[in-house]
Amino acid sequence: MSEKNKTVAENATETAAVAKASKTPFADAPVVLSVNHVGKSFKLPTEQATGLKQAFINWTKGIKGYKTQEVLKDIDFQVHQGEFFGIVGRNGGGKSTLLKIISQIYYPNKGSVSVKGKLVPFIELGVGFNPELTGRENVYLNGCLLGFTTEEIDAMYDDIVEFAELEEFMDQKLKNYSSGMQVRLAFSVAIKAQGDILVLDEVLAVGDEAFQRKCDDFFTEVKKDPTKTVILVTHDMGSVKKYCTNAIMIQDGEIVARGNTESVADRYTLANIEAEKKKGEKAAAKVREQGIYPNGLNERCPILRTYAESNEVCKSSDTFRFAVEYQYDEPGDFYLAIALHDIRRGGITFDTGAKTFKMKEHGHHTVHFEMPLNLFNNGEFRLFTSLRTPSPANPNNTDMVAVAVDERACTFVIRDPRNWDYALINNRALQIEPVGDDVEITGKVAQIEAQLAKTKAGVSVAADDAAETTTATGQAVKTEGK
Amino acid sequence: MKRIQDRYSYALIVLRGLVKTDFKLRYQGSFLGVAWSVLKPLMLFAVMYVVFGKFLRMTDGTPTYPVVLLLGICSWNFVAEATSIGLHAIVDRGDLLRKIHFPNYIVVVSATCGSMISLAINYVVVLIFALFNHVHFTWRVLLLPLNVIQLWALALGMALIFSTMYAYYRDIAHIWEVLQQLIFYGMPIIYPLSYVTSKGGFYAEVARFELLNPIAQTIQDIRHNFIAPETQPTVWNQFGHWWVPAIPLALTVILLWVGIHVFRVNSRKFAEVM
Repeated sequence: MSEKNKTVAENATETAAVAKASKTPFADAPVVLSVNHVGKSFKLPTEQATGLKQAFINWTKGIKGYKTQEVLKDIDFQVHQGEFFGIVGRNGGGKSTLLKIISQIYYPNKGSVSVKGKLVPFIELGVGFNPELTGRENVYLNGCLLGFTTEEIDAMYDDIVEFAELEEFMDQKLKNYSSGMQVRLAFSVAIKAQGDILVLDEVLAVGDEAFQRKCDDFFTEVKKDPTKTVILVTHDMGSVKKYCTNAIMIQDGEIVARGNTESVADRYTLANIEAEKKKGEKAAAKVREQGIYPNGLNERCPILRTYAESNEVCKSSDTFRFAVEYQYDEPGDFYLAIALHDIRRGGITFDTGAKTFKMKEHGHHTVHFEMPLNLFNNGEFRLFTSLRTPSPANPNNTDMVAVAVDERACTFVIRDPRNWDYALINNRALQIEPVGDDVEITGKVAQIEAQLAKTKAGVSVAADDAAETTTATGQAVKTEGK
Repeated sequence: MKRIQDRYSYALIVLRGLVKTDFKLRYQGSFLGVAWSVLKPLMLFAVMYVVFGKFLRMTDGTPTYPVVLLLGICSWNFVAEATSIGLHAIVDRGDLLRKIHFPNYIVVVSATCGSMISLAINYVVVLIFALFNHVHFTWRVLLLPLNVIQLWALALGMALIFSTMYAYYRDIAHIWEVLQQLIFYGMPIIYPLSYVTSKGGFYAEVARFELLNPIAQTIQDIRHNFIAPETQPTVWNQFGHWWVPAIPLALTVILLWVGIHVFRVNSRKFAEVM
């Protein structure tokens, strides 16, 4: 971990939990873009004030006529030459504003931005495109707006046309192009433009499949080029993971995660989960006011909710604690069944069984549970709880009364530097053993093997590892019940 | 030094691109295309020539007056067009300003440059009329470029101020339209200045002060230098004092300076307020 990354990790709130801060290969390259403690606020007009009359009335009454909204607060980061730098964040988080500040369209209220080299911004594709001009004229106009001389555009013109696959249409007016052709032309200008720093805003999702593949090739190529720097703003986590060497996540005008692409992308996924949950809660409150039962609940069981009691971002060595709140007033036995759903890989990972947890308390009550996570690799999981009564027809079966879904389900995430991302079960919990001597176990698995062997031999090991080996064979979910 | 050069070469490239595009688009789709840029003033002038010169007999008694009249009208038209288009320039090009960073005074300058092209074409047409009217050209024609530069500086100064104001207050467009009419009739453009001065008395005194208005001064200078040095009164020959002509010149410089200053102070916020 480099000195810089260390301070970065300390500064960023919440980052530590997620970030696997590692030394980037670009740390030694010169800084080409430096954003220093940038703050930006906008004046949002509270009343219509685009007229002299209103301005005069406001002035005489002493009304400000606007309220100030802080969009960016103390954004501070550096981009090194050759990096493929990702900026992610939810809508309204301030990333477009940041991009405009980087592109010098907006000026920051606080702090400064310094750029070294030619920065070519693409806030939008085809800036200045005019439908009345031909494709060729538009390329030249667009190019000159981006700051290229006619000679420079001459030099890259053929490349642009070839990339856009529009050779025979260049002398047609732009208004005769299909929308796909227009976008292709604009995008070709964007990526063939010979700038030192390319700033791209959500432009990856254009064109047909073949064109997408070309873009993909282009990005892969640019990523290899140590002289070109790309700053990419996107919602698409796939492309962030694929291309970016470094990323930051912006939320409510602040950098909430930075560094390693994977961890930032995961943090973003988590933020989306949280936002959805909040939205769900709001919707639920509305539903409650109107006296309608939310999805999955009914008058027999008006409350059923699963929620986390420990941190929602866990390590494999953690034990995840959660609670189920319910209200059930009918006499007779009833049970809670809990299913663990794997969001990323799909499928039900674990289920308690319908008749495992028999509830002792009727009425409004909360029961607490815990679950070891040492079996799993990284992933996003969701717990669904259903409330069941014995089926009168078949004593072995149960009928579902209610189920906690949507925001009443409990989502948690496992992130552990020791874990892998691909499979569900981690290598510490399960191994495939070769039979015979003709297979050598290498790499990470070999280390894990060695560690497990030590544990079995009774040698003292780290506390988490010990806890894991014992609970791995134990009960997966255990009641604490009150 | 290199940075300054880079900055202005970029500005120049953008300026050229915008002016070229605007000019291309002006007569886009019409059958005669660019030919209209000459035909239109030619036909308009023919109408005015007949209406004012032959029909209304608006004259100061000299045979060259119809040409002088045309010259005045097309010079004023330049100011009116450059300021009106310049006024809208920032808002009309808002999509550009919001999406890329470039020196945004360029959009105003390009609007005035577009009008300059029309002005040049119009002057060529006026020249044709002048030749038909047997105008005797003097060495003073060489001063014409200086007058045109002054006229352009005036238009640019106003365009910069108005476009800045228009970004915040859309009322300016309407106010300026009315003001244009006022200025037009407040200046000796369709009527000869001698028409007022020859009446004598109070009005004649006031009329002479019209020449302190830099627009009137420039247009009179253009008429004087281009067509009729003998008959056209200018600020240079109407007042005995050497410092009087300095007033409109100073006003021009001040107007342009204020325009640049106001624009620069506000230009950072254009992308946000639109």
